Amino acid sequence: MELRPRSFAGQLKADQLNSLIDALLDQGYRVIAPVKRDAAITLAEIRTSESLPQGWGDEQQPGSFRLTDRGDTEYFGFAVGAGSFKQYLFPSRRKLLDIDRHDMSMTKVEDTEKPLAFLGARACDLDAIAIQDRVFMGSDFVDPFYAKRRNECIIIAVNCHRPSSTCFCTDAGKGPECRSGFDVALTEVGVDDDHRFLVETGSEKGTALVNNLDLEATTEADDAARQEIIDRAVAAMQPALPDTDIPALLKAATESPRWESIAERCLNCANCTLSCPTCFCSGIEDVTDLDGTHAERWQTWSSCFTMDHSYIHGGSIRRIGASRYRQWLTHKMSFWVDQFGMSGCTGCGRCVTWCPVGIDIREELRGFAGDALEATTNEEATA
Amino acid sequence: MLDTSLSPLPPVVHGAGDPMLPVKTRIVDRKQETADTFTIELEFENGSEFTFAPGQFNMLYTFGTGEVPISISGTPGTSKNIVHTIRDVGVVTSALSGLNVGDKVGLRGPFGTYWPIESCKGKDIVIAAGGIGLAPIRPVIRHVMENRDDYGRFIILYGARTPEDILYPEELGQYKSNLDVEVWVTVDRADRSWRGHVGVITTMITGAGFEPEKVAAFVCGPEIMMHFVIMNMNRLGVTNDQIYVSMERNMQCAIGRCGHCQWGTEFVCKDGPVYRFDKVEHLFNIRQL
Repeated sequence: MELRPRSFAGQLKADQLNSLIDALLDQGYRVIAPVKRDAAITLAEIRTSESLPQGWGDEQQPGSFRLTDRGDTEYFGFAVGAGSFKQYLFPSRRKLLDIDRHDMSMTKVEDTEKPLAFLGARACDLDAIAIQDRVFMGSDFVDPFYAKRRNECIIIAVNCHRPSSTCFCTDAGKGPECRSGFDVALTEVGVDDDHRFLVETGSEKGTALVNNLDLEATTEADDAARQEIIDRAVAAMQPALPDTDIPALLKAATESPRWESIAERCLNCANCTLSCPTCFCSGIEDVTDLDGTHAERWQTWSSCFTMDHSYIHGGSIRRIGASRYRQWLTHKMSFWVDQFGMSGCTGCGRCVTWCPVGIDIREELRGFAGDALEATTNEEATA
Repeated sequence: MLDTSLSPLPPVVHGAGDPMLPVKTRIVDRKQETADTFTIELEFENGSEFTFAPGQFNMLYTFGTGEVPISISGTPGTSKNIVHTIRDVGVVTSALSGLNVGDKVGLRGPFGTYWPIESCKGKDIVIAAGGIGLAPIRPVIRHVMENRDDYGRFIILYGARTPEDILYPEELGQYKSNLDVEVWVTVDRADRSWRGHVGVITTMITGAGFEPEKVAAFVCGPEIMMHFVIMNMNRLGVTNDQIYVSMERNMQCAIGRCGHCQWGTEFVCKDGPVYRFDKVEHLFNIRQL
């Protein structure tokens, strides 16, 4: 890969990482970053770099996530955890309206949360946020809640160099290099030795933030150091998706018996849709208090794996598991392109890791591609 | 040629600019149509007028129970009255059924695409409706009746489960009294009082006698009924670009964001519910899509 000269804003010594977090806190941000919790990497609000999972890594397989104690000083030495930044921009549950029985007056629930700072976003996370931007802000009807949080937030991305076995962002997304969609991008280099973060900025907001920090100048060698990180991540990922037009492949496979074979393994648990950083389906729940004078409307995430999702009077449209799995995968990889002009998959691998039975969409897509190839070969043989 | 684009109308947002905020209306009239179907007329509390195109729907909210998508059944255009004919089939429609004149209903809308009555001027209009499917199509009937000179032959085919389930019987009778309007009604199961057609709606299509190339067909009912109606229309030479259908799916937001109404590439709430059939033919016969 050709080495592009970088214009780093500077470098931040690793022991100064708190100055970045403090600057965010001083500007009134809630800082959301990876932490070690419940034997996994997940996201939480932090106030100090000590909360980061320093020295911890992850081993991910279809249906498996294990923490590994590397014991080094690296702050961001892992891929991605179960949670994604989606849960902050598009919370799993939020109240929309308060309604009084008396005159049915409706009061909108305003978002009073402080602006969000996302620390440690990967290229796949940036990709996911760009995809959800299109969903929530790209049509006639902009979602005001999402737009407010999104416009107020600041994103401090970190280049990934330890992808897990379930990662395939080079195939499905735009990773592993953070190229756009961040305010500040960090590259963690020189762990245990000359430990520091190379700092790039991607917006005025990001520039204003790092101008407040005590950055040191980078050297010419840092270009190569950064590139090495990216190259290592690229090299760690095997080609995973079939080399074919996947949207067309799935559209042609609507009646394939393979859906049944996947459905025999699928538990319909909805983990994939919950862990997916781009899944956007939601439902509305109406509740009343006990004396029936006050009602509330809540928006909650919903999943196409439930019977409820496609329910109309008389029953559900997607009654069998095969049709629900087909909806999830075909929507994500095919219909999404028709709807939003881009794929719904970033290659983050969460749906593979967090599937309790280890259904691997890469393997299934290769299966569909194999079926199609076999069908073509048979046709040619017959002809 | 019929129009090729059934793009949604520019959104009319009544809820102070927020399409997710229901606006208060009051029931000004209520009529029980059949054992399980009723019509309510609503007016905005603030007195504003309501404009819709035939085939569009509103989201109706009852206090504490929830919201349902209900097509609009009045005369299309602008007026103070908002007419909905509703079948009591679930929790919210049951709650709506229990409301009386003076009670409040929250309303979001109108949403969705519409039957292209303007671009079908000069055509022979064939309506094929099944059951409650007559309600979303009544605005078309009223429009054609009020602008009779703009259209050629006018044929209404309607199928109900039993004679007692026939919707708007007086209105259908009035239309039938016009010598240049054909109204054909059939029932799945007759009782002793019924001396008309018995059987599925498709049995009446062959007898309807229209000139296929002049037809614009508007079809609304259960998917299986629409399937057979279209098959018969095709057999008579009506092509799929002359046929419009209205689809039904789970709709919660009505603005293409909640995801529940997805039908392949389509968000039925905003890309539909009315489709020119040749545009969605490839989705129509895929089971459980």
